[in-house]
Amino acid sequence: MTLVTRRASAPKIPGPARTSPGRRVLRGVLRRPAVATAAGFLLLLIVLAVAGPLISPHDPDTQDLGNRFAGLSWTHLLGTDEFGRDVASRVIQAARIALAAPLISVGVAVLIGLPLGLWAGLRKGLVDAVAGRLADTVLSLPAMVGALAILAVLGPGLVNAMIAIGIIFAPGLFRVVRGATLAVAEETFVDSAVAIGSPTRRTLWVHILPNIAAPLLVQVTILMGVALLAEASLSFIGLGVQPPEASWGSMLKAAYTNQFDAPFSVVPPGVAMVLTVLAFNTIGDAIRDAVGLRRGR
Amino acid sequence: MGIRMIIRRLGGGLLVLWLVSILTFLLVHLIPGDPAEAVAGENATAADVERIRAELGLDRPVLEQYVTWFTGVLRGDLGRSLFTDKTVVDSIAGSAPPTLVITLMAIVVAVLVGVSAGIVAGLTRGSRVDRAVSALATLGIAMPSFWLAMVLVSVFSLTNPWLPATGYAELSEGFGTWLSHIVLPSTALGLATAAELARHTRGCVADVLTRPYIRTARARGASGGWLVRRHILRNAAIPVVTVLGLQAGRLLGGAIVIEAVFGISGLGTLAVNAVLQRNYPIIQGYVLLCAVVVVLLNLIVDLAYGWINPKVRTA
Repeated sequence: MTLVTRRASAPKIPGPARTSPGRRVLRGVLRRPAVATAAGFLLLLIVLAVAGPLISPHDPDTQDLGNRFAGLSWTHLLGTDEFGRDVASRVIQAARIALAAPLISVGVAVLIGLPLGLWAGLRKGLVDAVAGRLADTVLSLPAMVGALAILAVLGPGLVNAMIAIGIIFAPGLFRVVRGATLAVAEETFVDSAVAIGSPTRRTLWVHILPNIAAPLLVQVTILMGVALLAEASLSFIGLGVQPPEASWGSMLKAAYTNQFDAPFSVVPPGVAMVLTVLAFNTIGDAIRDAVGLRRGR
Repeated sequence: MGIRMIIRRLGGGLLVLWLVSILTFLLVHLIPGDPAEAVAGENATAADVERIRAELGLDRPVLEQYVTWFTGVLRGDLGRSLFTDKTVVDSIAGSAPPTLVITLMAIVVAVLVGVSAGIVAGLTRGSRVDRAVSALATLGIAMPSFWLAMVLVSVFSLTNPWLPATGYAELSEGFGTWLSHIVLPSTALGLATAAELARHTRGCVADVLTRPYIRTARARGASGGWLVRRHILRNAAIPVVTVLGLQAGRLLGGAIVIEAVFGISGLGTLAVNAVLQRNYPIIQGYVLLCAVVVVLLNLIVDLAYGWINPKVRTA
């Protein structure tokens, strides 16, 4: 693959006029080396998550107690853990949770925040007032504290933890969507749609949603990374993934307990996590810069 | 900032706190099924369940429960822990000091590291130093604080036995001992915030440097040091205060995990154990406390704006 460092806007190549502005922006963003690397990494992660059992060198759950804390070798590329399980295979297996867990959280946040934000931004009124107050209230709690409170109701576990994180993310997403909708709702085409009797739901989905896609996409990408960090934190304190299931967070917890015996074991899951979060952040930041959104929340 | 503005902000804050109190009160009622049975656990006898039901006040109408609970909260009575004899206030007061110390020290680390790195990077925009700071900041934001903590422990406690790997020491055990126990936790907790601060400070410094008044000051022959002190630091203070206000809550949440890494029994440990045991009065107290801290900090940030930037005072 050849990487070209120029911005998309620099060369004026007459192309088919049918490409939408959104697609052009995305193509321009993808052409940056950092973004291309990040996207490539995420793609690799998806492949590992889907085809993990075919690729991984060993069964991630097979114990070999005679071979605990083995160092790096050709048979065990990243060594073995406290039960003699192959660390490389477990890192690969945990890629599934690393992708699925943030998807649950972000999905919950979008499910709550998007419709409410759209409605509040266009119609204002009671929905806006109530949802706005509720968002203020939830945002007055640190994310981890709010997640803890929700987990106190739902009970610990990976899915519950990710739903809790999703609920905590919802107010922020609501605000972003509401703000963007407010701006688009000022446009003439929205006025004319409403004037010719377009029902609210149609106005929102057909006229407004495509025009707020950029800020929404930025927010969703950044939240994916934050959700992964949150999953790791909650799994680390024992409220997320329960053993024997492996997530990078729970692997780190085990590695931490055995840090005296195997100091290297904190490296593989940690590096995998940092790279993944970095990839999400890089893509999110690049889209934000490309569409000229302000940094910060 | 006028007195009317302060009163309005205060009113907004109190409203949010009141709403938080309703949500925290409702926590117990949102549990699917019979809350008393859920709290008592699987092996509880019928008598245990009834005791807990009475203790949580679940045998009375909801509105009456809320009024009783809320007037209690206003008098500083948050109820009793379900499994120990202590009151919630005593449990929280007992675990608060380590958390408070670590969080405050994390803020100190964040400001010292983040602001100075941000200023240097902003002043030398495009240089190798600037690029290094930006890269490290990006990395710092993507790194989970507890992993950073493990790496720090591995380097400074296990490989080189310089600092203790776990535990917390009271100040009465000697300043050196106390400090040696909080260096690693507060560094691990504060570096992500430092990264965030560095980014914002860098952007602000670089922005200030392009302003006409800087060119004028330079033309008058102002020295670099004078420029930094008189113009840049003051302008950079605004993003620093904003980011700190936003991040303080995050630090409070981050402390939960950092306490777990270093085996410190602070507020976070108290809260996590309360969640695992379903000790609702403790959770409610903890959530309320965090909300109060965040709302207060936001108020302080608002006031600080007026103090730093006279233009805001009349707004």
